[in-house]
Amino acid sequence: MPPEDPTVIEFDVRTDEMLVNMGPQHPSTHGVLRLVLRTDGEIISDVQPHLGYLHRCAEKIGENVTPIQFIPYTDRMDYLAGMNMNLGFSLAVEKLCGLKVPEKAQVIRVLISELNRIASHLVGMGAYGLDLGTFSPFLYAFREREHILDLFEDVCGARLTYSYLTIGGAHDDLPAGFTKRVRKFLEYFKPRIPEYHAMLTDNHIFVKRTAGIGVLSKEMALDYGCTGPMLRGSLDRTTGDPDWDLRKTEPYSGYEQYTFAVPLPPYDRAPPGAVIGDCWHRFYVRMLEVVEAVKIVEQALDKYDALQAEWEKVKAELDPEVSRDPKGPAAAKQAELLKTKYAHRVEPPRTLSPGECYVETECPRGQMGFHVVGRPAKENVPLRVRARSSCFANLSVTNELCKGCLIADVPAIVGSIDVVMGEIDR
Amino acid sequence: MTAADTIALLQSQFGSAIAGAKADALDPFVTVEPAKLVEVCTFLRDDARLKFALLNDITGIDYLEPDAKKAPKAGFEPHLEVLYHLSSFARPGARFTVKVVLPRWKDGVVGALPEVPSVSAVWKTADWHEREAYDLVGVFFTGHPNLVRILLNDDWTGHPLRKDYEFPLEYHGIRCR
Repeated sequence: MPPEDPTVIEFDVRTDEMLVNMGPQHPSTHGVLRLVLRTDGEIISDVQPHLGYLHRCAEKIGENVTPIQFIPYTDRMDYLAGMNMNLGFSLAVEKLCGLKVPEKAQVIRVLISELNRIASHLVGMGAYGLDLGTFSPFLYAFREREHILDLFEDVCGARLTYSYLTIGGAHDDLPAGFTKRVRKFLEYFKPRIPEYHAMLTDNHIFVKRTAGIGVLSKEMALDYGCTGPMLRGSLDRTTGDPDWDLRKTEPYSGYEQYTFAVPLPPYDRAPPGAVIGDCWHRFYVRMLEVVEAVKIVEQALDKYDALQAEWEKVKAELDPEVSRDPKGPAAAKQAELLKTKYAHRVEPPRTLSPGECYVETECPRGQMGFHVVGRPAKENVPLRVRARSSCFANLSVTNELCKGCLIADVPAIVGSIDVVMGEIDR
Repeated sequence: MTAADTIALLQSQFGSAIAGAKADALDPFVTVEPAKLVEVCTFLRDDARLKFALLNDITGIDYLEPDAKKAPKAGFEPHLEVLYHLSSFARPGARFTVKVVLPRWKDGVVGALPEVPSVSAVWKTADWHEREAYDLVGVFFTGHPNLVRILLNDDWTGHPLRKDYEFPLEYHGIRCR
């Protein structure tokens, strides 16, 4: 029976909060992430991320295999930056064992992991475009990423899960002519960067979707443990914030020998409406890091070529003597030089040292930490392996960022965090 | 301020609440009594000389050798450790570790989780990291706002990173091994 008073009908219209499920296979959640949004009309009041769809018990596996056997599992954490994951875990084990890596291996590591950083940021940029409804940047990004994957295929045979950087160095030397091909790629790549800026950075629609959205203050970022581009997008050079990048603050693998900048806001290019800590700044930090990574790769290439030439010279000097007396002092000197400087890998110790250590490296998505505990009764299987995921901490701030924004802004915010679920769920 | 200075400062500030310390370990650490953990952590975060604003990680480690034959030679007594890795934003490069040593089970009752006060009020990162440690290692964080499983399903039984964890035979009709 219809009510007599028409105003009653208006009171009957539901205006209470609604729970909206987003994911787990929503294209703009970057993998299998499920968000439960509590909304009042279009306004979000609460976001609860539900994780664990990609949980593969990597830490439990780590307690049952030797460190070298665990390297392939690290690939599958952040599968867009497998090399950086390999590097982080190798550094943790090396620190525990007190293993020193030869100079050439370090140069290879820097070269390869910076190339991987470029590839990873390209996916981050392209996928971010997809989140916001533009398809073409994705294709452009994948065009360039394809070249990097081809280079990696030359190096180790794999295109995604490399297991190339391993404990003691890298499992093979770079193939002949590799540095030449990388240089060729960089010459091809560098003029392409302005294209991305034209497509996204300065794009009016992109700016409208990202500038001033999801503002993360520095204090909040630190409180939630955000690192990497996520934190750097919220820093401000004019207030004296440090160059917060582990490659600068706690250099590893010889990063202190490379000249590169840590791009911190404020930026001259910031469009009107953009404030420090918003989605646009997080995106732009990544774009600038690509440029810095190119600089590091160029320096690493020069270093590698110089080391190779040096080694050829030393080898040519010592070879006649070595062939005359394969067990003499010249051969010993050659072996020593290889081990300390010119080898791509040194043999790791057969057992892990007792004790524990925690090492963090600067991965494309933030600070990835590995904690390795060796057994007191010297064994090769660690007692505990722990992977500290950067995205895990970065994602935990989603709820704070999304409060009060529109449903349409959720993909923009989650996309700007650039999460990889494989790393979060491990 | 070196790690040794940090340890000395904490010892003078908290006295007997600092149960142990090691300045020459790979990662210098202090062992803190669970009851004083929140106080020590707040001090580490707020003191002008320390300023450990960033909690990087919380790790739970189960020290147990499940093989009875190997146990006497394992080199440790069965216990549980929770590690808090800190770094300082104001002093780039400064790192420190806080350790809490716990029994494997509360009051020796198998199945009763050992308790640690939650530091999620000190660093918000601890919220999710503590949920993960609860989920996988089986540590109960008292005072945590929302201590539910995060990576595993809510109806999962057991804590997989315990050394004596037994893998389930089946889960909702799915054969597991």
